Amino acid sequence: MHEVGIAASILGSVEAEARRRPGAHFQAVGVRIGELANVDKEALAFAFEALTRNTALANLRLEVEWCLRRQRCLDCGAEFVVQKLNLNCETCGSQKTSCIGGTELDVAYLELEEPCVKL
Amino acid sequence: MREVIEKKVLNENDRLAGELRQRYRDEDILCVNIISSPGSGKTAMLERTLASFHQGISLAVLTGDLQTDNDAKRLARYGFPVRQIVTGGTCHLDARMVTRHLDQMGFRGPGILFVENVGNLVCPSSYDLGEAAKIVLLSVTEGEDKPLKYPGIFHRASLMILTKTDLLPHVEFDPKLALENARKIHPEIEYIALSSRTREGFPEWLNWLQGLREKAHQEAAAIS
Repeated sequence: MHEVGIAASILGSVEAEARRRPGAHFQAVGVRIGELANVDKEALAFAFEALTRNTALANLRLEVEWCLRRQRCLDCGAEFVVQKLNLNCETCGSQKTSCIGGTELDVAYLELEEPCVKL
Repeated sequence: MREVIEKKVLNENDRLAGELRQRYRDEDILCVNIISSPGSGKTAMLERTLASFHQGISLAVLTGDLQTDNDAKRLARYGFPVRQIVTGGTCHLDARMVTRHLDQMGFRGPGILFVENVGNLVCPSSYDLGEAAKIVLLSVTEGEDKPLKYPGIFHRASLMILTKTDLLPHVEFDPKLALENARKIHPEIEYIALSSRTREGFPEWLNWLQGLREKAHQEAAAIS
């Protein structure tokens, strides 16, 4: 249950951007979470809502891109999503593959509107 | 409009962990981060481990718990510096806590720093503490399918230690199946089975630590 800390870190990134962009209206923050990141989506959504309620970011949406584990074959170079814990290459059957995705815990983007600049 | 940010959620922790890693390199400290469920035998293994070293070597333990300094009291009996990190409810240690307590303890290398994380297989795996290796413990009184239920930590750990092997005759636990499950998640994970009660497996564990230390020395020499 460290989702409150994770949500607070995400909001910290948003607040850092808010300081750089006075007057901007923030609509959404996009995060990428890997299935190996040990973060529960629903607990995160709950923590995010609790932390933003009655604040300037109360209407901020949390958009989660859930990332499955992906491997790259060290023999043939094929990249594939791991199904049913099978780490062997889908293309050539090699057992030599390395993990290239599924551990993400990133703030990817912000959706925002900046005030019109009057010339 | 969409503004690309692209940064790690835990970038502040990662920054502090990077500073710790540099400090460990500069002072020749081997840091290992020990993670398991509550009650898997982290403290007992550390007690036996500390008892195996002579006083001449520089060792220290940071031990995390939600409440009480019971573990620190147990570990302090071996004459090495031990510090309890009481997290007050937080379910993991982060790089900031480790930095603060390391500063207060005044531990200096060369030596080995054991970080005993809060008993939890989930949250500690997300927080880099600058360690050379994460070590996950699984005791024979748990299920062989733990690696499949908690893939995140088994994916990140360099070593899996099966603990309480003296109980194997009394429990239905198949070590081979547990290791197979761990290697489904992390094919390269190393494996040691031990008992803190009988000391079975301790020579392998101490050798593993020594090997990791030598590897860290070689890497440091390659950098400088």
